[in-house]
Amino acid sequence: MKCLRLLALLLVVSLAPPAFAQGTAPNPDSAPNPTAESVNEEMLFKQESKIGGRITIPDERAQYLIQPQGRDWRQFHETYLPWIAGAAIILMLIALVMFYMLVGPAKSEFKPTGQRIVRFRGIERFTHWITAVSFILLGLTGLNYFFGKRLIAPLIGPVAFGDFSQYAKYAHNFFAWPFTLGVLMMVFFWVRDNIPSRGDWAWLKAGGGLVGNRHISAGRFNAGQKIVFWGVVLGGTLMFISGLILLFPFEWVDVNGMQLTNVVHGLIGSLFVAGILAHIYIGTIGMEGDFEAMVEGTVDLGWARQHHDRWAEEVAGTARRDDPPAPPPAGARQRI
Amino acid sequence: MARMKFLCDADRCIECNACVTACKNEHEVPWGINRRRVVTINDGKPGERSVSMACMHCTDAPCAAVCPVNCFYTTADAVVLHSKDICIGCGYCFYACPFGAPQYPKVGNFGSRGKMDKCTYCTGGPEVDLSLAEYEKYGSNRLAEGKLPLCAEMCSTKALLAGDGDMIATIYKERVTKRGYGSGAWGWRTAYRETVAM
Repeated sequence: MKCLRLLALLLVVSLAPPAFAQGTAPNPDSAPNPTAESVNEEMLFKQESKIGGRITIPDERAQYLIQPQGRDWRQFHETYLPWIAGAAIILMLIALVMFYMLVGPAKSEFKPTGQRIVRFRGIERFTHWITAVSFILLGLTGLNYFFGKRLIAPLIGPVAFGDFSQYAKYAHNFFAWPFTLGVLMMVFFWVRDNIPSRGDWAWLKAGGGLVGNRHISAGRFNAGQKIVFWGVVLGGTLMFISGLILLFPFEWVDVNGMQLTNVVHGLIGSLFVAGILAHIYIGTIGMEGDFEAMVEGTVDLGWARQHHDRWAEEVAGTARRDDPPAPPPAGARQRI
Repeated sequence: MARMKFLCDADRCIECNACVTACKNEHEVPWGINRRRVVTINDGKPGERSVSMACMHCTDAPCAAVCPVNCFYTTADAVVLHSKDICIGCGYCFYACPFGAPQYPKVGNFGSRGKMDKCTYCTGGPEVDLSLAEYEKYGSNRLAEGKLPLCAEMCSTKALLAGDGDMIATIYKERVTKRGYGSGAWGWRTAYRETVAM
C-alpha cells in the first residue's frame, strides 16, 4: 500500500512539466536539461534598453554590461552636433555681414548736450565684462571639444593639441564660476529694468528702428536688449545646471543621464554662442554709442534721449534739480 | 593579420573572478580601476548567467570617434589602444562605450579624472614594445611576446576566449553544437555588428 502511494507520487512529479525547462534542448536520454534554459542578449534587450546585473566591485557604473545608447550619443556628438553648431554660427555670421553691408550700422545723429549721464555704474560694467570674458573663453574652449580635433589638431599635431586641450578643459571648468557669478549679478542689477513693459511691443513691431535709422521710444533697456537679457538668464541657467551635472559626473544621474546632459549642454551652448554673436555685433559696430556706454559708463544726454527717451527723462528729471536745465533737443520724444 | 576579439561563453562562466584578479595583477592596475569585471545577470533566478566583460575592441570604436583629442588608434590586430600622453580625461569615451570599459584613476569631480585606463588586450600602448615606460603606463605587452591576453589564457573553465575572431567563433559554435544550447556571444552585435551564426 505504502509502496503504491510512493509510485503514484513519483508519477505525478514526473508528469508535472518543470517550469524552467520549456523550449530547451533535451538531454540525450530525453530528460529536460535545466542548465540549457538561460537568459540571452536578444531576450533581455526586448525587456530593457540596457543589460545590467550584479557585480562584486563597489563601482556602481560597472553594473551595466551593455548600454547600446553609447552609440546613439556618439551619433549625436560626432554628426548632429558639429553640423548644428557649425550651421548656427556660420549662418549667424553670414546674416550679420549681410546686415552690415545692406543696412549698415545704426547712426546716432543727436546734438551733443555736453551733459554726461551715468548709464552703467562701475559695478555694472564689471558685471558685464566678467560675464563677457568668461563667456568668450567658455565658448571657445567648449567648441574645442568637437571642432578642435577637426580644425586645430591638423595644424599643430596631436601631442601639442592634447596639451592645449588639457588647459582648455581646465579653463572651461574654471571660468564656469565667474560666468555664473556674472549672470547672478546681472539679474540682481538689471532685472528691474528688463521686465517687459508696454512700449516693448511697438519697439519689436518696428524692428527696433534698426532699418531706416528710426528711433523707437524705449526705457532704460529696449525690447531687443530685454531679449538678450532674458536669453542670457535662461541660457546661463540651463548651461549652469547641465554644466554642474557634467562637472560632478555620476553624482546625480547614470550614464544615460550623462549623455543627455551632454546633449543639452552642447546644443544650448552652440545656440548661445551664435546668439551672442548678434549681441556683440550690435554692441560694437552695429550701434553707435553702445560700446562707449559699457566701457566708460556715461553717455551724452542727447544720445540717451534719442535711444532711451523714457529712461533719459527719468534720469534727467532727477538731475535737473542739481544741474542747470538743458534745453530739450529738437526731435526728442517727450512723454508725460 | 588576425582580427582579435573576446568571447565569453556565459554557459561556462562560473563567476570565479579569476580573470579580474589576473588582469589586475598582470598590469599592476591601481585601486578602483577594473579593466575587466564579471556581471551576473538574473542573479539567484533560474537561467542566471555571468559574463566577463572588458573592452571589446570594437569595429569602428565609439570611444575613438568621440575622443576630442583623437588619442585612440587601432593596431594591425584590430586592438583598440590609446595614448595617455594625449588623453585629457574628459570622460567622453565612457559615455560612448557600450561596455563601460574606460576607467579613470581619480574620483572625477571638477573634471579631474586623470588619464583614462582600459583593457589593452595585453598589448601595451604606443611606447616601444616591452619598454619600462610602456609597462608603467599601460601594463604588460603579452601580444609582443606571442601570448594571448592573460584573463582568457588562465580562465579555469575556458569560458573566456581570446584570439582571432573567426577562430574563437568556430570553437564556440562547436561547443554549442555539441552541448545543444548556448546563450550567445555577448556584446558581439553591439561591438562588431555581427554575431556568431548558429
